[in-house]
Amino acid sequence: MSTTTAPVASRTAPPALRSWASLAWLHARYQFLETVRVPIAVIGNLLFPTLALLFFVIPQDAITSDPAISTAAVAQLATFAVMSSCLFTHGTGVAEDRAQPFDTFVRALPARPGPRLAGRVLNGLVWCYLALVPLVVVGAVFTAATLTPLQALGAVVMVAAVAVPFTLLGMAIGYALSSKAALAVVQCTLFPLAFAGGLFMPPEVFPRWLDALSQALPSRAARDLVVQVTSGVDASALAVPVLLGWTVVLAVLAVVAVRRDEGRRFR
Amino acid sequence: MTTDTAPPVLVDHVTRRFGDVTALDDVSLRVDHGEIVGLLGPNGAGKTTLLSLLAGLRTPDAGTVRLFGGDPRDPASRTSLGTTPQETGLPDTLKVREVVDFVAGHFADPMPRSEVLARFALEDLADRQTGALSGGQKRRLAVGLSLVGRPRLVLLDEPTTGLDVEARHVLWQALRDYHADGATVIVTSHYLEEIEALAQRVVVVGGGRVIADDTLARVLDLVSVRRVTLTVPVGAGAALAGLPGVHDVTEVPDPRGGVRATLVAADADVCVRALVERAVPFHDLEVRGASLEEAFLSLTSSAEHGASSAAATPAPASAAATDPTATEVAR
Repeated sequence: MSTTTAPVASRTAPPALRSWASLAWLHARYQFLETVRVPIAVIGNLLFPTLALLFFVIPQDAITSDPAISTAAVAQLATFAVMSSCLFTHGTGVAEDRAQPFDTFVRALPARPGPRLAGRVLNGLVWCYLALVPLVVVGAVFTAATLTPLQALGAVVMVAAVAVPFTLLGMAIGYALSSKAALAVVQCTLFPLAFAGGLFMPPEVFPRWLDALSQALPSRAARDLVVQVTSGVDASALAVPVLLGWTVVLAVLAVVAVRRDEGRRFR
Repeated sequence: MTTDTAPPVLVDHVTRRFGDVTALDDVSLRVDHGEIVGLLGPNGAGKTTLLSLLAGLRTPDAGTVRLFGGDPRDPASRTSLGTTPQETGLPDTLKVREVVDFVAGHFADPMPRSEVLARFALEDLADRQTGALSGGQKRRLAVGLSLVGRPRLVLLDEPTTGLDVEARHVLWQALRDYHADGATVIVTSHYLEEIEALAQRVVVVGGGRVIADDTLARVLDLVSVRRVTLTVPVGAGAALAGLPGVHDVTEVPDPRGGVRATLVAADADVCVRALVERAVPFHDLEVRGASLEEAFLSLTSSAEHGASSAAATPAPASAAATDPTATEVAR
């Protein structure tokens, strides 16, 4: 058996690390595989926004017959789909991985943390796009929602842009909490943020105080920008600074959570 | 930077504390190319902490750790290192071949998957999810993963704990084969049998320090102590500590009168002969092999006294056999 490869001792120089890109791709592939092997986790995540569209939007003719309102309705549920994928993949996903002894083993493999993190982000992004597939299909078939090719391209780019702050929020939760606590916190964060951000009901029907509060939330800012890109309704001038501000805050929280976790477990 | 001439492992005056507990206390250790070293010690002795420093998972509070001359915290120093996940630590939903491929993806020149599976008799399980493997199969895969990168240094933390005899022998043979290919291997265990099967050199740690570092044969002598238990009248206990080869005496009152004393002795024969010669009024003599734990304790205390009397010259005949009440339980 031991004759099938060259004896270990005959090697001279220590081998180099594998390239950043190949390691990131490796981690993305295996994280995707691990996620897809637990179908219930995937299906729930993929179907919830589409079911919301089917039950709450499709029955209302006033919405489905108007192209602009339909597009906005699909766009805000799409924002929810991205937010939910990010929070679940990174919030509960990271917390669960950290509880696994295999995580410690992987840390001892010859790879820097960067490619691992990149692989994780890539996997999260893939799930964002996958969650949009049924939603967009149902929206296109059953509502008057339409996109020009340029708007469609804009929407594809917006998915990645919206994923940034919510990926960071997910990581802040996942690296700071145990897996049970992370699941609870993700749910307690996701639904209030979605509701108050106008992802379930359009902000036009909000009372004035809620609309004012809503303007300060990352979910509302993301929603308004997605609606602007897809249906041409201009977002408030605050949307971009609010989303960027939250991105900075959440980035700081995520970095603090990662550092603290390293310090606690691996110092 | 790693260099090829640097030893695989160089630990220099390393101290590591966890809160109030000192896991490693000024430990120095050098392991050269091609050695197969057993790291032996009771639970909590500091073995796992030492391995986690070598794997770059932790940093020492004081001193330096070098892996092929490089800092193990730098991933580039770990391209020639193989470690193993804990038994429970495999991703349940991935198949055996996928876990092997995932680990192989971290190395420039990995061992082919078929070879890894063959070395650990896992060929038939390649398409099984790891969650469906038995304990022994998981353990074989876990140890197999340590060799996937064709490392020049393999660290194994209690590789066969909880395995049956057959599975244990499969693993030992696989590790001996890999060592024969030119690798350096460090294996921790608190089973003497495992260290005997694998190691040529044995490092005994206890209380965070290196107590003994010698060839397998020498360390086996050191830890082959016996427990001699006997009942003596109250007050006669003081004479027992002075008997030749006795490291340690513990006494408890015997409900039937007198004191039940337990001696830990390097050489039970010499000890019993002295008991008889000095006319110690004993009865109910029992002699049995000490557990590894007891052997370590005696080794630790003799190290503290600065004496190495544990390696006393063996007596030619078994004195214990002259006493009809004596029973000797072989280790």
